[in-house]
Amino acid sequence: MEEKNFYVELKNIEKSFGKVKASDEVSFSVEKGKLVGLLGPSGSGKTTILRILAGLEDAEKGEIYIAGQQVNQVKASKRGVGFVFQNYALFRYKTVYDNIAFGLKIAKWKKADIKERVEELIDLVGLRGMEKRYPNQLSGGQKQRVAFARALATQPQLLLLDEPFAALDAKVRKELRSWLRELINKVGITSIFVTHDQHEAIEVADEIIVMNQGRIEQIGSPLAVYSKPETEFVAQFLGNAITIEDYGKFKGFSHIGNGGKAILRSEYVTVTKKKEPIKYAVSAETGEVLDVAFRGNLLELEILVKGERINAYRQFGQALVEVGEEVNVFIQQLYVIENEQVTPAVNEGIRKNNFHVLSNPILESDDSVVI
Amino acid sequence: MKEKNDRGVFKWLLIGFCALFLLVMLILPLLYVVITSLRDGWNAFWVAVSDDYAVKAILLTLKTTVIAVVVNTIFGVFAAWLITKYTFKGKKLISTLIDLPLTISPIIAGLIYVLTFGRQSFLYDYLEQWGIEIIFAVPGIVLATIFVTFPFIAREIIPVLTATGNDEEEAAALMGAGGFRIFFEITFPHIKWALLYGIVLCTARAMGEFGAVSVLSGHLRGLTNTMPLYIELMYQAFDFTGAFAMSSILVIMAVVILILRNILEHRVNSSTGQK
Repeated sequence: MEEKNFYVELKNIEKSFGKVKASDEVSFSVEKGKLVGLLGPSGSGKTTILRILAGLEDAEKGEIYIAGQQVNQVKASKRGVGFVFQNYALFRYKTVYDNIAFGLKIAKWKKADIKERVEELIDLVGLRGMEKRYPNQLSGGQKQRVAFARALATQPQLLLLDEPFAALDAKVRKELRSWLRELINKVGITSIFVTHDQHEAIEVADEIIVMNQGRIEQIGSPLAVYSKPETEFVAQFLGNAITIEDYGKFKGFSHIGNGGKAILRSEYVTVTKKKEPIKYAVSAETGEVLDVAFRGNLLELEILVKGERINAYRQFGQALVEVGEEVNVFIQQLYVIENEQVTPAVNEGIRKNNFHVLSNPILESDDSVVI
Repeated sequence: MKEKNDRGVFKWLLIGFCALFLLVMLILPLLYVVITSLRDGWNAFWVAVSDDYAVKAILLTLKTTVIAVVVNTIFGVFAAWLITKYTFKGKKLISTLIDLPLTISPIIAGLIYVLTFGRQSFLYDYLEQWGIEIIFAVPGIVLATIFVTFPFIAREIIPVLTATGNDEEEAAALMGAGGFRIFFEITFPHIKWALLYGIVLCTARAMGEFGAVSVLSGHLRGLTNTMPLYIELMYQAFDFTGAFAMSSILVIMAVVILILRNILEHRVNSSTGQK
């Protein structure tokens, strides 16, 4: 009597390696056709979950369902799962063609059918003309495509990808992200991928499962997980965040909660030069610029405010800020951590709407946003 | 510029040093062996080598070598597979034990078998009952040779398997490939050169093994004399031409095996584009 709309279900999975609990009461379900990202730092147990699903590891406790059928005792090769390994694990002594054909040969397909299927896949991943090459004659991106084609060859119903982009350089990674997203949509296969890179998870996944120390912290859409963190870990893991032990010292937050621990993300920090117009002048702090890092279209700033090193961004087009400069720092919102609960707290200056417009009328219009 | 020159000079000094060392330690003595064996002419060489006992020694050496290499190949591959693909208690111990023959004096290896299978052993009665002769017989020689040479193949394969990891095997297993298929299609291509090199080392060592074999052989002419033992026998009898003739055959066999390996390796590398 399993829920029919869930293609994959894990119930209370537990697994330890020695004294380390790699999976601690892990439960989640994945709808058919969805692309789910398992996000977490290294050692958070995300790869273990993937390997348990594939049948490469055994769970000590808990139930695994794929397509409504319990598969705990089903051999890895009988689970109908395609797996893309972190470093692709292409067969180094086989050509691209033979890599893709391997699973089909084992499944005893007819030779003509194998040829047809392999060529179809080679076209799908755009590697026409590379069939006779060996893996070491391919670029990282091409290897990834082969790994993907190989995993899809036997038409599995579930695709598992372990850090699919980790071995690629930054530019290829971006390109392949959208490529993979499109391809998975095209094939329509239920997919779960593991990543430690929040940008990757946010950009690629329909749904994100955040993991930490073998436990699931939060499950939700990328937007929900990012904007409404439910645990302290999620609040500080996502975005560019810092932890503040006594947030009550900042202007605009002194009357909220107990003034203790809070997480501050850089997008809620507005940095203005002393002579620039500022909306909430009363609630703004003064800070000293400690570091300016050029990030292309952005400047990443590190600013010392009341003993805290706060991260913030400014657009490259804005007037440049220099190290040692005194600037105005306005903190728009914090995530307050109290009794293991995360509550967003907005600066009193905004809530009371007591801002003073200095010289720039654009800031008054309704559609203006403080960034 | 100056730094570069210094490096160049140092390089040539190193090359000169290594070349001189190899010349004195290796090439001169080997050449001397071959030249001495031919001192009395090809005829004397041929007579020494085609002597009935000499031929029997050569055949026994070949037989022993083939058996030792086959047994050690099987053991070596299994041991390397076990040590690199599985985690279990006592893995370190097994790994260390494999190295033992490299550190133990061969003569002790021989004595170990004499003690285990000889008259004073409790096994001796059983062996005699079954009519099995080990000490001072061919089985003893084979055993000693296997003992002395078994680390070579495992030791060559283990680093290669460690470096390759398990990913490819896991990928193949996920696709439903069985153990044999995984080994022959996925693992074997990785280890084949290491295996071949191990076999070469094993062969060379097996052919030349003296100490352990000497203890177990009993030196029965035409029965339990291998080439190295036969060489020693002739040397003791002041038959230098004979001793050096047999030696040069051993040397040439070793050199041929090394050359063969290099040619094979080079050819296969260039044909598949593998590095």
